Amino acid sequence: MIGHALTAGYAVLMGAVTGSLLPLALEFPFEWHYIRSIIRVSLHVSLVAVTLSTLCSIPVALLIGFKEFRGKTLVTSLINTGMGFPSVVVGLVVLFAVSNEGPLGTFDLVFTPEAMIMSQFVLAAPVITGVTLAAVSSVDQNVRDAAFAMGGTRIDVALVTIKEARYGIATAVLAGFGRAISEVGSVLIVGGNITGPEGISQTRTLTTAIQLEARQGRFQTAMLLGAVLVVLVLLVNALVIRLGNGGGRYR
Amino acid sequence: MAIQRRQFLASAASVVAAGLAGCAATGDDDESRPGVSGETLTLTTTTSTYDTDLLDELNAPFQDRYGVSVDTVAQGTGAALETARSGDSDVVMVHARSLEDEFMADGYGINRRDLMFNDFVVVGDSDDPSSIGGGEDVPAAVTAIAETESTFVSRGDNSGTHTKELEMWEGAGIGSDEFGSWYMEAGQGMGEVLVQTDQQGGYTLSDRGTYLSMQDEIDLEIHVEGPVEGGPELLANPYGIVAVNPAVHDTVNYDLAMAYIGYITSPEGQEIIESYTVDGEQLFFSEALAEEPQFQQYVPEEWDG
Repeated sequence: MIGHALTAGYAVLMGAVTGSLLPLALEFPFEWHYIRSIIRVSLHVSLVAVTLSTLCSIPVALLIGFKEFRGKTLVTSLINTGMGFPSVVVGLVVLFAVSNEGPLGTFDLVFTPEAMIMSQFVLAAPVITGVTLAAVSSVDQNVRDAAFAMGGTRIDVALVTIKEARYGIATAVLAGFGRAISEVGSVLIVGGNITGPEGISQTRTLTTAIQLEARQGRFQTAMLLGAVLVVLVLLVNALVIRLGNGGGRYR
Repeated sequence: MAIQRRQFLASAASVVAAGLAGCAATGDDDESRPGVSGETLTLTTTTSTYDTDLLDELNAPFQDRYGVSVDTVAQGTGAALETARSGDSDVVMVHARSLEDEFMADGYGINRRDLMFNDFVVVGDSDDPSSIGGGEDVPAAVTAIAETESTFVSRGDNSGTHTKELEMWEGAGIGSDEFGSWYMEAGQGMGEVLVQTDQQGGYTLSDRGTYLSMQDEIDLEIHVEGPVEGGPELLANPYGIVAVNPAVHDTVNYDLAMAYIGYITSPEGQEIIESYTVDGEQLFFSEALAEEPQFQQYVPEEWDG
């Protein structure tokens, strides 16, 4: 269901952002296409990163949540520690990886959106895994037993658990998205805050644009961009929550 | 339950498809056009050139003519050279001759050219608590700042400006062990440091270009002028441009880097630099064109053959 939100919601979101900010645009100190390209890069990078993180994190969280094994507490602590990774450190690690001399140097990824997706993936994955793990762990064992007793395969049991824990999982995805779209340290390092010809953003996100404005002492425009970011996050949250409610109706 | 599973798989598949499509859309290169068209030149440069918006003016005609895009990454001089050392940029535009010489001596840089210059100025609060205003003697001015223990905000980021600032203290015979709590290392770009100095009512060393371009946002005054306005030569701020050595990093776009250096040191590029003004004031002065040979720009400083 989250998948549908992303694919269908992308266009809707762009429209909604454009629409809701139009009155504001009259006194906007930037070219409108500049803002639009920054929003597009921000959304593209963060949504792809969070989607990929979600696809990796939920199976991992289910696996850890269902299985009892030695060192489970340790693994859980490691995941929870990962939630606190400083984004600058993640940025540096990814930079070393994608740099020309690094292990992924042949792919020419440095200063590209793909490198930014990688670093946001690393940042969002522990958050999504950790919160999802907490959510699925709190699903009653009886529910799982019942699904199994009714002849469900392991995948069916997993799907029932996901359904039961969907609010927790939605929170996990939103927390991961919040972490991804709001961080500035790593995308600045691996992305380089680049705009191309005619002021079209290539690796400039809302956060790095805010940083640039603040560096030049233009605090008002920095605040304005901050407001755009908040509106954007609010819209994504509203979309996911609405989707969660929609799923509830068909129970 | 089976239906639900299908739904889940369908939505999962669409997510993967969307992700892949996103990657593919940003990663393709147009191979059908001739020559360098469609290629990308990565330029690492300093915040002082970037924040003045000079590069926007300079790069637009180059991008139009060659059909390429110049990806400009603004870092400190130290970081810009470090990025180039790992082969992640094609050309570097910086302003610390000693660091540039080191970069070339280590084999990473090739074909250095003098590009342009402006100067550094000591700026500070209009109250001028250390009364250094109007002086031309840099050592005396910084000694006064140290003695009155007025706030001094340092870049502290191994940038060209930071390098120059350390030379300034050294020239006055003040070692880093004599810095007290009045000396603050910001570790940030020039714009941020100017804002910070403005907030804290202290002094800092700034390149004239960034200072002029931010004059409207801050309330700082020039207390010691650089050579552009007749101040001491110590505060000169020359910019150089260096291509990354393709023999060390075979992945760099050397052709395009040399095309860029050629353009930017040409009469056309130098004219753009000369005519670029902010609020009617010229920020940079061209230095690449001269009838006489300027051998010094190709070799390390104080090279005697």
